[in-house]
Amino acid sequence: MIRGRGVEKRYGRKRVLHGIDISVPRGGFAVVTGPNGSGKTTLLRLLAGLALPTRGDLLVDADRARIGYLAHEPLVYRELTAVENLDLYGRLYRIPERRERIGMLLERFSLWDARAERVATYSRGMTQRLALCRTLLHEPDLLVLDEPYSALDEDGAALLDRELEALAGHQTVVVATHDAERVAALQSSRLALA
Amino acid sequence: MTYVADVLALTRKDLRVELRGRDTLPAMLLFVLSTLVVFHFAIPDDAGDNAAYGLLWVAIVFTALLGLARAWVPEQEHGVLDGLVLAPCDRSAIWLGKTLATLVFLLAAQAVALPAFVLFFEPLDATAIAGVLLADIGICAVGSLLSAMAAASRARELLLPLLVLPLSIPLIVGGVGAAVSAEGERFLLFLVLYDAVFAVLSWASFEYVVTE
Repeated sequence: MIRGRGVEKRYGRKRVLHGIDISVPRGGFAVVTGPNGSGKTTLLRLLAGLALPTRGDLLVDADRARIGYLAHEPLVYRELTAVENLDLYGRLYRIPERRERIGMLLERFSLWDARAERVATYSRGMTQRLALCRTLLHEPDLLVLDEPYSALDEDGAALLDRELEALAGHQTVVVATHDAERVAALQSSRLALA
Repeated sequence: MTYVADVLALTRKDLRVELRGRDTLPAMLLFVLSTLVVFHFAIPDDAGDNAAYGLLWVAIVFTALLGLARAWVPEQEHGVLDGLVLAPCDRSAIWLGKTLATLVFLLAAQAVALPAFVLFFEPLDATAIAGVLLADIGICAVGSLLSAMAAASRARELLLPLLVLPLSIPLIVGGVGAAVSAEGERFLLFLVLYDAVFAVLSWASFEYVVTE
């Protein structure tokens, strides 16, 4: 599913990633760890197809439409409501019966009551839950999650634990996190960036 | 059909965001009206018609710049552009949706500015108005692309006018020509040609602006 050898990424003169080897089979659950500035986000952007490696080979065997990317930013419009944001993505991803899917995800992530409120009024935790809804909306084959537990309260984190448990083994998941122990039971491989 | 549906969904989203945030259109309206008022008092009475048409174009171009400067701000907040780029739609649909939304804002500003121009300065005939409309299309098409390029830079406020103004010169020439020349139709034809060439170039190159 994902195979990378000697992956390097530079921004100008700054080398962000150097000599990264990564291999995640279909259905695998890879955890990426490392201190701040070690290149976790850059690696995940490469996997999501938002950036290209400067050097090395990286093969991600998933169509753009089948990748779900959770970034540091929620990738939703502040002035739109949760439903409007998800409906826009649902249209662009050509999701059949998107209204039912949106309703189900909003219920599952406890955002149903706030569905008609603008995202600008959401707390950080609610925005992160909405970002998770957006990431899972099109039932991606490859999930690329950058610090998914960030800003979530205990209920939200427990909810995400259950989601990841359900996904593990069925979908390929790559998670970058500072809290590797939280997903240690699910991981099939770990990549530690220096 | 899905391409058209994507474009319409993206345009509708931009209009809705503006309707809620009211960040762009009120600023454009205030700017164009106050500019025309200042010009009204600044131009001597004997300056002639042509000077007034020239100033109309100064007001139009800078009003468009104001709109373009804010065009990608909603996408920069919360990193939405990454989400749109990842979606499986044709990436040019993102540019076209933004171009149409910016065009709507510019037309709304001109719905107020053109009557104000007629009130303060000179009447506008059908050729002059057609020139304005055709130039609007060109400004928005090129401007949406250049604005996306500038948005990726730290110096976007400086970069955008530097990119847009040189490419607007043919539009100003065509627009003013349509208003003052006895052969205004030739200038309209020139504007149609400019719009067609630059719209196709912008449409084709947008993908390379938003991806590596």
